Amino acid sequence: MSFFLETLLGGLMSGMLYSLVALGFVLIYKASGVFNFAQGAMVLFAALSMARFSEWIPEWLGMDNLFMANVLAFTISIVVMFVVAWLIERLVLRHLVNQEGATLLMATLGIAYFLDGVGQTIFGSDIYKIDVGMPKEPVMMLESVFEGGILINKEDFVAAFISALLVVALSIFFQKTSTGRALRAVADDHQAAQSIGIPLNRIWVIVWCVAGITALVAGVIWGSKLGAQFSLSTVALRALPVVILGGLTSVPGAIIGGLIIGVGEKLSEVYLGPYVGGGIEIWFAYMLALVFLLFRPQGLFGEKIIDRV
Amino acid sequence: MKLRKLVVAASVAAIGFSAALTAPAAYAAEEQFFPVLAYRTGAYAPNGAPWANGFVDYMKLTNARGGVNGVKMIWEECETAYATDRGVECYERLKGKHGGATAVQPLSTGITFALTEKAPVDKIPVITAGYGRSESQNGAVFGWNFPLVGTYWSGADVLVQHIAKKEGGFDKLKGKKLTLVYHDSPYGKEPIALLQERAKMHGFTLSLLPVAHPGVEQKATWLQIRQNKPDYVFLWGWGVMNSTAIKEAQATGYPREKMYGVWWSGAEPDVKDVGDGAKGYNALAMQHGAEPNAKVVKEVLEKLHAKGQGTGPKEEVGQVLYMRGLISAMVQTEAVRVAQGRYGKGKRITGEQMRWGLENLNLDQKALDALGFAGVMRPVHTTCIDHMGSGFARVHTWDGKKWNFSSDWYEADQKVLRPMVMLASAKYAEEKKIKPRTPEDCKN
Repeated sequence: MSFFLETLLGGLMSGMLYSLVALGFVLIYKASGVFNFAQGAMVLFAALSMARFSEWIPEWLGMDNLFMANVLAFTISIVVMFVVAWLIERLVLRHLVNQEGATLLMATLGIAYFLDGVGQTIFGSDIYKIDVGMPKEPVMMLESVFEGGILINKEDFVAAFISALLVVALSIFFQKTSTGRALRAVADDHQAAQSIGIPLNRIWVIVWCVAGITALVAGVIWGSKLGAQFSLSTVALRALPVVILGGLTSVPGAIIGGLIIGVGEKLSEVYLGPYVGGGIEIWFAYMLALVFLLFRPQGLFGEKIIDRV
Repeated sequence: MKLRKLVVAASVAAIGFSAALTAPAAYAAEEQFFPVLAYRTGAYAPNGAPWANGFVDYMKLTNARGGVNGVKMIWEECETAYATDRGVECYERLKGKHGGATAVQPLSTGITFALTEKAPVDKIPVITAGYGRSESQNGAVFGWNFPLVGTYWSGADVLVQHIAKKEGGFDKLKGKKLTLVYHDSPYGKEPIALLQERAKMHGFTLSLLPVAHPGVEQKATWLQIRQNKPDYVFLWGWGVMNSTAIKEAQATGYPREKMYGVWWSGAEPDVKDVGDGAKGYNALAMQHGAEPNAKVVKEVLEKLHAKGQGTGPKEEVGQVLYMRGLISAMVQTEAVRVAQGRYGKGKRITGEQMRWGLENLNLDQKALDALGFAGVMRPVHTTCIDHMGSGFARVHTWDGKKWNFSSDWYEADQKVLRPMVMLASAKYAEEKKIKPRTPEDCKN
């Protein structure tokens, strides 16, 4: 029983981390109708920026205060992600207003490859350390209830907590602020939003900036776990079944989807894996998402699309 | 119309120019061409780049030493990103350049599998120092493959010998639990056959846990390890999979002292960002470890990096994977020297002649010392039948700052390996309808 609970908790915490990346997809889709294939590349770019600036700043300023170096690196990385967002809007999206969704998707695919390459050119292709003081050693809980107790990974726990905070902040931003409402209006209909005076270009810059910050938070957490290196861009592939399952337009959907996928893949690997040779968790996540789609094509929390014939 | 004509004319000129550059007649007779299949981008770049830097630096050093009897090494690098399809594409693109490739080193077991059938047709030796197909040690069947200095079977065998020694003998392995965490690819699967054989011989239990590429998600794997509580974990990872495994071991409380990686899971990129969490982690040293004090390293720094002609960061010279690249280039260079001894000193050799050189390598300690490899590796003697040449390895352990040797030398037990090699290669020969070479064939 304790092992099952450990696997379940491990899955839930992994799921929260997937949700963090999935949020980036949802934000941009919700606000611009664009499926941003470059989200993984943005996570990588942001993580590399954070890792390298936290290494370079102490060298440049001759300081040895890790906390200050991290604060400065985080601030600079936010600026870097804002610049990336502005450039994407200025050089790519502005020219594709009212184009087909597939065109925009292909554009983000191009952005992904560009960011992957440029990120490694500027910041290097080694594994870089992000040390934000995340606890690495595990803790044992409920030792009096279960023999040997239940092992909790403190790092995952802290990461899940940060993810939850970010989700709450984003939900408030979308629901309670005028900018959030403007973002949703743009997502519903670009032309209608423009006709009532919502500045489309500015809104797109804002949403890509918000997605950039989400990517930075995800990059710092994943980078702290795995090191800032190229494979972070593949983390986005782990978030794809989450958005398929949760629905592309729902922030809570990204969270619930993440938790289901996280738990599903861990339980499948541990309990089904041994019967089929193991290594099944990646494709099992996609299969799980597809099974959900059979019953709810719009995803768990996605908006049902009804067109008049 | 005018523009179109201009474009056509420019294209024709460009094709003509590039054909002139790549035409066989264009190569200089005193140059020996080697394709460099490397990966400096993608998920495996942190491990691929140092190897490529060492490999290229040794060829530069050879030229700085005056070449091989005056013959200069030339090379062209092609990015494979550790992908088999791109590796094959690189091979096809480069094999005919500069008069033809002398030998190729794919640095990927997947690419090696793909090239194994092409090499005999193109007559280009495939050197796979420390990787590739383990049964390709049998040169009678695998006439063009050279897993020099070690195979995954020899590596796994040494690891089993090491834990047996720690436990107090092979008989003490009975009832022990060993788990193999491996990259779910041809590379990661290679040691399974040997470990299963050893498990049968000594009565230990072997559990297999595959990890999907690139290996960043291993939580479920390590939860299973926590549940099964194996006595030892062997790690057959590459790239980010290695550091992730060590981090997950830390997160699940598995002692790093009981973890043993293969020689591709025991370099600086695998541990440096794990910090203290990697302290006590062990890995095989494919003969060499990190060798900052080796004579050859000092020579590279002096003759290349001090003059701004080195490849990659100066501070990585002498690190584990850099040394692997250096050694990989050294054995091929020495094979060129051996081949020249038979086919003409100071002359360019062909792929077929290179094979003869590789099959008659005799790198004794004196030769290694003269090349600057004293203390770095043990002698290598190949034959037409034995394409490995040496099965020595040792174990090194990460102390939080650097790798230190933590065992004496071991030699893979040929009494265990040989029957396996013969059986697997005979099966391959039957499948591919290959007539094994006889001792008589070897003379030619």
